Amino acid sequence: MVKEARTRPALLDEALAFGGPIIVFDQVDLAFDEKVILRQVSFTLQTGHTKIFLGASGAGKSTILRLALGLLKPDGGRIFVNGEQIDGMNEDQLMAVRADLGMVFQEGALFDSLTVRENVGYKLFEELQWPIDKANGRVEEVLGFVGLQQFIDRMPSELSGGQRRRVAIARAMAAKPRILLYDEPTTGLDPITCLTVDEEIVKLRDLEGVSSVLVTHQLRDAFFVAEHAATRRNGDVTFEKADREKGDQAEFIMLKDGRIHFEGNASELRRAAAVDPYMQSFLS
Amino acid sequence: MTGKIQEWSKAAVLEVQEYVRLLAQVGRAAVTPPIYYRDIIEQFESIGIGSLTVVLLAGLFTGMVLALNSGMTLDRFGAKSMVGQLISASMVKELGPVLSGLMVSGRVGSGIAAELGSMLVTDQIAALRALGTDPIRKLVMPRVAAGVLMMPLLSILATGIGMVGGWIVTVLQFHVASTVYWTSVVQGLYMQDIWMGIIKPIFLGLTIVTIGCHVGLRTTGGTQGVGNSTKLAVVASSVAVIAVDFMVTKVMIVLMY
Repeated sequence: MVKEARTRPALLDEALAFGGPIIVFDQVDLAFDEKVILRQVSFTLQTGHTKIFLGASGAGKSTILRLALGLLKPDGGRIFVNGEQIDGMNEDQLMAVRADLGMVFQEGALFDSLTVRENVGYKLFEELQWPIDKANGRVEEVLGFVGLQQFIDRMPSELSGGQRRRVAIARAMAAKPRILLYDEPTTGLDPITCLTVDEEIVKLRDLEGVSSVLVTHQLRDAFFVAEHAATRRNGDVTFEKADREKGDQAEFIMLKDGRIHFEGNASELRRAAAVDPYMQSFLS
Repeated sequence: MTGKIQEWSKAAVLEVQEYVRLLAQVGRAAVTPPIYYRDIIEQFESIGIGSLTVVLLAGLFTGMVLALNSGMTLDRFGAKSMVGQLISASMVKELGPVLSGLMVSGRVGSGIAAELGSMLVTDQIAALRALGTDPIRKLVMPRVAAGVLMMPLLSILATGIGMVGGWIVTVLQFHVASTVYWTSVVQGLYMQDIWMGIIKPIFLGLTIVTIGCHVGLRTTGGTQGVGNSTKLAVVASSVAVIAVDFMVTKVMIVLMY
C-alpha cells in the first residue's frame, strides 16, 4: 500500500497557510533532575518563516528541536505542531505528526550500514512504501538538489563531513515535509562548506516553501540564512540580499539560562547587542 | 553509606522497570503492525548462521571432553559402554542449551549492545524516530524474534555435534563399537529431556537478546559508554543464562517429571 505524506483538513490547511502558526511553544518548562533546561519558553514559528536559535552550549537550543519533534516531553506548558497539541501524545500518535517534520541532526546521524540512496530514501522505502521507481526518482531529485547525485551508491563513511550534512538535509527533505529542523548543521565544517549548507537551507525555505527552525552558534551562518533569499531564474538558483519584508520572516531567539533573552529580526539583534553585555559578548 | 545503598537500590529498580517495559513493548510490537519482515530475516542470518561456527565448535569439544572424562571413570567399573547415555543425557538437557547460550551471549549479546549503543550515541536512534520509525519495532523486535527462534536450533545442533564428538572419542579412545555407543545414546534419552532441550533455549535466546538490546538502548557517555555497555551485556547475559537455566529447569521438573 502506497502511503502519501499527511494531508491536513481544509480548514486547518487554510489556518496554517503562509504566516499561520505552524509550531507554537506555550510556556514550556523542562528539567532533567535538578538541572533546569527551559523555563517558560514561548514562541511561534509562522509557516514559511525561519526561527534561528542562538545561545551558548547547554542553553537548551537543541532541546527545543527535540521537543518539537516529540523526542522529549516537556514538564509543563503546551506544544503545537501543525495544529495538533503534541505534548500529551504517545509514540504512535507522534509518528503521525513526524510525517510532516524533517530533522537534520548535528553530525548528520546517517545510518552507517546503509548507502546514501538507502539513507535518503529511508522514509520512502520503509515507512511510506512508495514503489521502488518512484522512490528512486525522488531520491535522485533531492540528491540533485543538494548537488550529490554522483555519490548515490556510496556509504556514509566514504563521504566528507560536509557531504554527510548535505545527505542528511536530502534525507530530511525527501518526503517533502512542511517543517525542517536543523540542529547545528554547520558545526565543524570549513567556511566554504558552511556556505553550501546555508544555501541549501535558504533554497528549501524560499523555493520549496519549507518552514524552518535553525539552531546554531555560528553567527555568520545565522545571518546568511536570515538575510539572503533564493530565486530560480531560467533553471539556475541565485542568492541575493533579502529585502526588508523577506528579512523580517527570519527571527532570532537568543536563549540564556533556559529563558528567552532576546527575540527579534537581524537588525533588532544588532541594535540590542550594542547595549546588552551578554549579547555583545556572544556576537563579538 | 545508607545514601549509597538507597541510590543503588533506586538504580536497580529503575533498570528492572525499564527492562520489563522493553519486554512489554516487544510483545506489543510482535503482534501489531508494522512488522519489518526483511529485518527479521536479516537477523535470522546474523544471529543464527553467524553463531553457527562457534556453537558447533563448542558443542563438538564439549562432547569430546565429556566422553574422555566420563569414559575414564566408567572404564574403572567396566561400564564404558554407558558413555553414550551420560553424554546424551547431559548434552540434551543441560550442556547443549547452556553452552550455546553462553556462546551466543558472547557473540550476539555483545554485538547487539555495541550496535544499538553506537546508534544511540550517534543520534541514529533519534533519527529513526524522526523519520517515523519505532526503534523497538525496527531494531529490537527482529532481534528478539531471531534470538527466540534460532537459539533452539543452535542448541539442537550443538547437542548433535556434541554427541558426534563423544562418539569419536568413545570409539577411538575406548574402543567401544559405534552401534553400542549410539544404542546407549538413545537409551539415555527420555521425551521429557528432549522437551527440556528445546524449551530451555527459547528462554535463553529471549534473555540474551533482550538484555543486549536493553543495555544498548540505555548507553550513555559516547564511545566509552559503548564499550561499557558491551562489557555489561556480556557479563549480565552470561550470568542470566545460568540463572534462567536453573529457573526453567526447576519449573520443567515440577511440570514434567
